Amino acid sequence: MDRLLSGPPLTAGAESYGAHQQRFGALPAAAARSLIGRLEASHLIGRGGAGFPVGRKWRAVADRANGKAVVLANGAEGEPLSLKDRTVMAARPHLVIDGAVLAADAVGADDIIFYVGAEHRAAEAAMRYALAERAADLRGRARVVQAPRGYVAGEESAAVHFINAGDPRPTTTPPRPFERGVGGRPTLVQNVESLAAAALVARGDDAGTSLITLSSAVRRAGVREIALDATLAEVAASAGGLARPVQAVLLGGYFGGWVDITDLWARPLAPASLRARGHAFGCGVLSFLAEDSCGVEATARIMGYLASQSARQCGPCLFGLGAIDAACRRLAARSAQPDDLKRITRWGGELAGRGACKHPDGATGLLRSALGVFADDYAAHQRGRCVRGAPAAGRPGALAQAVA
Amino acid sequence: MREQLVVDRIRCDGHGLCAELLPEVIALDDWGYPIIRAGSIAPSLLEHARQAVDACPVLALKLALVTAM
Repeated sequence: MDRLLSGPPLTAGAESYGAHQQRFGALPAAAARSLIGRLEASHLIGRGGAGFPVGRKWRAVADRANGKAVVLANGAEGEPLSLKDRTVMAARPHLVIDGAVLAADAVGADDIIFYVGAEHRAAEAAMRYALAERAADLRGRARVVQAPRGYVAGEESAAVHFINAGDPRPTTTPPRPFERGVGGRPTLVQNVESLAAAALVARGDDAGTSLITLSSAVRRAGVREIALDATLAEVAASAGGLARPVQAVLLGGYFGGWVDITDLWARPLAPASLRARGHAFGCGVLSFLAEDSCGVEATARIMGYLASQSARQCGPCLFGLGAIDAACRRLAARSAQPDDLKRITRWGGELAGRGACKHPDGATGLLRSALGVFADDYAAHQRGRCVRGAPAAGRPGALAQAVA
Repeated sequence: MREQLVVDRIRCDGHGLCAELLPEVIALDDWGYPIIRAGSIAPSLLEHARQAVDACPVLALKLALVTAM
């Protein structure tokens, strides 16, 4: 099912410009004019996490651009469980560049910035080398900017803020980047996988695949490309199956949510199908939680990380996530204060929409999902007990464990 | 012309004057930061809302026209 990752094996490193052109042909530059409409028709949604429709985003920039827009290819993959953005940049840099050049032509931009996480060394090297291979075509239109470490540095207003002023913290919106971004110009901030997917749509692809990152309790963890109509069971099977019985899956990473495995196992991962059930594909992270692992403990680790990654600009995020982190740690350690569960339940509903960026929204969304999926575990932990340990029979992966 | 209260969350320091002046619309969370009830301001409360905006010591509170997104 590989389209984005078709071609030489990922272990072979970055595909050269020559090899890329041999497989895909020249850049379909003439396609740029009709590409926004085709992206809208393809229903391609952004793969950075927020899930905004790509075509609509491009049109919003194009409507304001006057040829002076900026394309900011977002390759700052701060999500701890996601590896797919650095993988596509490191292995298929020319597909990402194709997408960015087509985006620039389609929206009317004369400046392309590849914003690449400082810790993604292979990806940055591949992007720099690939841009040098195409220097004659690009004529100085494109450059690489190293994104600082940190979860929030990849948020779109933070990326623009860093490029404009060296400060990787989100800014108050509006104006959003598509209105006023890099250098005050309308700016298309688009995830690198989304750009690679757009480059395939320009060549007739239907955007029916997506990159995912699998982790925990699966036999072959790592980045894969899946057909979006595949079920979670099929995806797990393609990764060698589950290694242990599994109770839940973290869908979409730390900005996503926990889903009970039985709710998702036999269902397709297509964004529309997930949305109908109140879930989100997000950045394509699928991390399994084993039956004998404790969701309260796993969630406490995540909330601790997210609290530590607050940009510390907005009170509700700084103090709210800090308090949630402390209570989650007490609950996980089975030393909860009398009202900890009640309080995190209330705080989980109070923080959304009350930061300059969506950091508190994402963190409390994850917390609320945990409070639902692990309700019995939280109740037990509030009473100082943990009910995990013995796997229940009949869960997906139970057979694998019996055999192993 | 319907208006709603908007908080600049980066500027807001949680002084809490707004909630004292307009408790019908603004509550404070456990750390003193405002929680604004969703929706536009009732005409009978508009004058109080303007006072709350003017009272904010860091100019973090604004009245903005309700726009369809």
